[in-house]
Amino acid sequence: MHEMGIMAEVLESTLAAASDAGATRVNSIRLTIGELTGIVPDALEFAFEALSLGTIAEGGALEITVVPASSRCLTCGEEFSHDAYDRRCTACGSFLCEVLGGDELVISGADVDVPDPDPGPDPK
Amino acid sequence: MELDLSRPILEKNDALAAENRARLAAAGVYVVDLMASPGAGKTSTILATIAALRDRYRIAVIEGDIASKVDAEKVKAHGIPAVQINTGGACHLESRMISRALDALPLDDLDLIIIENVGNLVCPTEFDLGENAKVMILSVPEGDDKPLKYPRIFAISQAVILNKYDTLSVFDFDERAFRSAVAKLNGAAPIFTIAATKGDGVDAWAEWLGARIEAAR
Ligand SMILES: Nc1nc2c(ncn2[C@@H]2O[C@H](COP(=O)(O)OP(=O)(O)O)[C@@H](O)[C@H]2O)c(=O)[nH]1
Ligand SMILES: [Mg+2]
Ligand SMILES: [Zn+2]
Ligand SMILES: [Zn+2]
Repeated sequence: MHEMGIMAEVLESTLAAASDAGATRVNSIRLTIGELTGIVPDALEFAFEALSLGTIAEGGALEITVVPASSRCLTCGEEFSHDAYDRRCTACGSFLCEVLGGDELVISGADVDVPDPDPGPDPK
Repeated sequence: MELDLSRPILEKNDALAAENRARLAAAGVYVVDLMASPGAGKTSTILATIAALRDRYRIAVIEGDIASKVDAEKVKAHGIPAVQINTGGACHLESRMISRALDALPLDDLDLIIIENVGNLVCPTEFDLGENAKVMILSVPEGDDKPLKYPRIFAISQAVILNKYDTLSVFDFDERAFRSAVAKLNGAAPIFTIAATKGDGVDAWAEWLGARIEAAR
């Protein structure tokens, strides 16, 4: 179940960034996941709920954007979308293609609460 | 407040993999990461590869396993240095584990390191270890439909080994369907048909690997 390991990295990285920003709560984490990675969003969701317990992200939301697969043909230059099972160029059939989208495993951002700076003791 | 992070999830793994790669390139060592299901024949393929190449190259093996060290013992029995990594439950190797294993090997006295990844067709595809090539092994009894079930491992491999080829007549493995499914995912990868325990077909694979070891020296 490698979604657990992936989510552990997501939380560690996001919680560190949130703490650097002085956040007291993480409301949501945005992930961008390519379709070709084979990562299962539901499994990520499950891992998030389990691993965020007791952290400032507990009860927060996970927003996952899935990026469809697309490639550029290195033979004819065609840019085309495809699925995970056939990566050949749709114009010329060449298999020499570079993936443009679909391989992403990215933490895009997070929505956090940062308390207003402490104004100090009330001057009387 | 919105935090803009836009960072790879596996940033730390990728950074350490790049360090491993630089270290190995400086020492002139070629590294191949073998990925397959449990029982497909990773250890048998490693032993067959050692037999084919040990006269020409100095070889070491990094054995990844969830627990146990039986595979490393098998390799050491052939007089080849082997480091066992126990992942402690994790279903794949990560670059940090390889980095530690490299500390235990005499890199300057090696030409080839073979990594046996944990038996799994999914996770090892996401983790860069700093290797030169990822190679997947499918064995005939697993069936010709595996490229349809695990497309990514076929798509990202630099070569595909079809092992237990000696059992082809026993299983209804449709080799043409298999080759055509792999070609749709990765037309650039050669497919080597071998019987690791008998040595059949190992020469062509060893020659492919040997050419790459030479280029890395
Ligand atoms: N018939 C046959 N059996 C094989 C072949 N390669 C491996 N095996 C057997 O398959 C089993 C698992 O092999 P092993 O190398 O330990 O697989 P690993 O778990 O991927 O490392 C062992 O019993 C091997 O003897 C082969 O080419 N032909
Ligand atoms: Mg083994
Ligand atoms: Zn084309
Ligand atoms: Zn894993």
